Amino acid sequence: MAWFKRKEKGIQTATEDKKDVPEGLWYKSPTGKVVDSEELAKNFYVSPEDGYHVRIGSKEYFEILFDDNKFKELDEKLYSKDPLKFTDTKKYTDRLKAAKDKTNLNDAVRCAVGKSKGRDVVIACMDFAFIGGSMGSVVGEKIARAADHSLKNNIPLIIISKSGGARMMEAALSLMQLAKTSAKLAQLADAKIPYISLCTDPTTGGTTASFAMLGDINIAEPGALIGFAGPRVVKDTTGQDLPDGFQTSEFLLEHGFLDFISHRKELKNKINQYIDLIGNLPLRE
Amino acid sequence: MEYLDFELPIKDLEEQLSKCQVIGVESEIDVTDTCKQIETKLQETKKNIYKNLTAWQRVQLSRHPSRPYTLDYINALAGDSFLELHGDRNVRDDKAMIGGLGKIDDQSFMFIGQQKGFNTKTRQYRNFGMANPEGYRKALRLMKSAEKFGIPVITLIDTPGAYPGLEAEERGQGEAIARNILEMTRLKVPIITVIIGEGASGGALGIGVGDKVLMLENTWYSVISPESCSSILWRSWEYKEQAADALKLTAADMKKQKLVDEIVKEPLGGAHSDRTKTFLTVKKSILKSFEVLKKLSPEELVDQRMEKYTNMGVYNG
Repeated sequence: MAWFKRKEKGIQTATEDKKDVPEGLWYKSPTGKVVDSEELAKNFYVSPEDGYHVRIGSKEYFEILFDDNKFKELDEKLYSKDPLKFTDTKKYTDRLKAAKDKTNLNDAVRCAVGKSKGRDVVIACMDFAFIGGSMGSVVGEKIARAADHSLKNNIPLIIISKSGGARMMEAALSLMQLAKTSAKLAQLADAKIPYISLCTDPTTGGTTASFAMLGDINIAEPGALIGFAGPRVVKDTTGQDLPDGFQTSEFLLEHGFLDFISHRKELKNKINQYIDLIGNLPLRE
Repeated sequence: MEYLDFELPIKDLEEQLSKCQVIGVESEIDVTDTCKQIETKLQETKKNIYKNLTAWQRVQLSRHPSRPYTLDYINALAGDSFLELHGDRNVRDDKAMIGGLGKIDDQSFMFIGQQKGFNTKTRQYRNFGMANPEGYRKALRLMKSAEKFGIPVITLIDTPGAYPGLEAEERGQGEAIARNILEMTRLKVPIITVIIGEGASGGALGIGVGDKVLMLENTWYSVISPESCSSILWRSWEYKEQAADALKLTAADMKKQKLVDEIVKEPLGGAHSDRTKTFLTVKKSILKSFEVLKKLSPEELVDQRMEKYTNMGVYNG
């Protein structure tokens, strides 16, 4: 009776050999809704059925916020050093190289100046794909220089946060980026130049403890995780069960730390409406 | 007296010495020479141990249960002149963050710092030195009040981190720390910061933006504790020694990176082995810094402070 006995156990087909639809054609949201990728892009990378805001990067945010996707990138040539010769299970330099190869980015933030609804804005947008959007010296310096560009040219600043926090591989140097970016925002505040902080999924740790919470307005996309300590750390430390929706955008709005939540397709309108109102300028269409 | 694992040779010798002294008192035998020998050996052993401490051993020393805490320093520096001030005028008084006015010699200062407890009961009362948002907001209220009246600020840092609690998140731990950092960069009075124990991440920096940052010899300051770093990057709690090395978190490392301004020497055996001496050295360092800072105008102070922090970071291009 051995003729039907399996000689090899388990499924042998390697994942990449599976006869599946080519990658990138469909997107499946966490609630299980399936969307055609092209349709998703047209819908501001928001799943149409359940409103899930898919994590996107600087490329997509620039496309959404700058008119005709036209902008001038600032300080794109800054990249990370390994000042501490940091090694854990991998070398930091190897992690950096892998991240660069995977993402085609130089670090976890890109800054640009361009027109949004016809008026100049400076946008610093974090990329979560680059080592979890972590903030090290380069992120700190680029944000500081973006703020400088705003200061020098009297242009509103928008920072789009999407970060797990400070970059451990630059240790205390990363920590000091909190002070560096906050010092620049203090200068911007003294010069009365509007600063809009947009928190997206996720915004935690060092970013929350610095620029993400320091906007003249703090706004967020729906359903984003925003907090200082991560939910797992809170649960482990306190032993308490976390309430539903803990540390979501809606939770922060309810507790008074956000001015409003905006659907991604409304972002450009809402941000520019604020800029017009706070500047006492005529409202643009 | 409690001993850390690497201090055990010292413990042995100290026990031998006291036994030797007891024998000398209780019997007719002359033990003077033997005692002296042990004492010499004790001094040598101490020197050897404390001159060659690893990063992790310094972390252990920074958490030594007998180490002086914020209030010990304030009491030593300001004595009876210290007037503790409470509350954030919003939620409650945070016992993990203390503050108040006091004089060193003839000069008033606003003292602010995280406070740890010295036994189980007080440790709980002080929440292990982990402040909630109201603690940071209390600190800011006191700093603003100092600014209003031209009183210089001294902050003393000793925290394993800002408290990662449910209510802390509800009340905006991140926002509270961020606000403090921003306001400290532009505060118009001198700020002298002393790291007296643990300097854990945002919880430390939330009161740590100073014109002069002094760091005691056996303390640590970084973006994360070595234990948490080990658990995240090595996915195990077992690599804390390696993490402590990798993070370059000792006073010497921090000075080398130009992230702190000065290392404050501790007595042989650590701050707790000779508290009086420690307090005196800290007082001298604070006053030396203040002598320089008090000559600056508020504008010069803020400009220099901003310049200092905006220059921090190492990158290419």
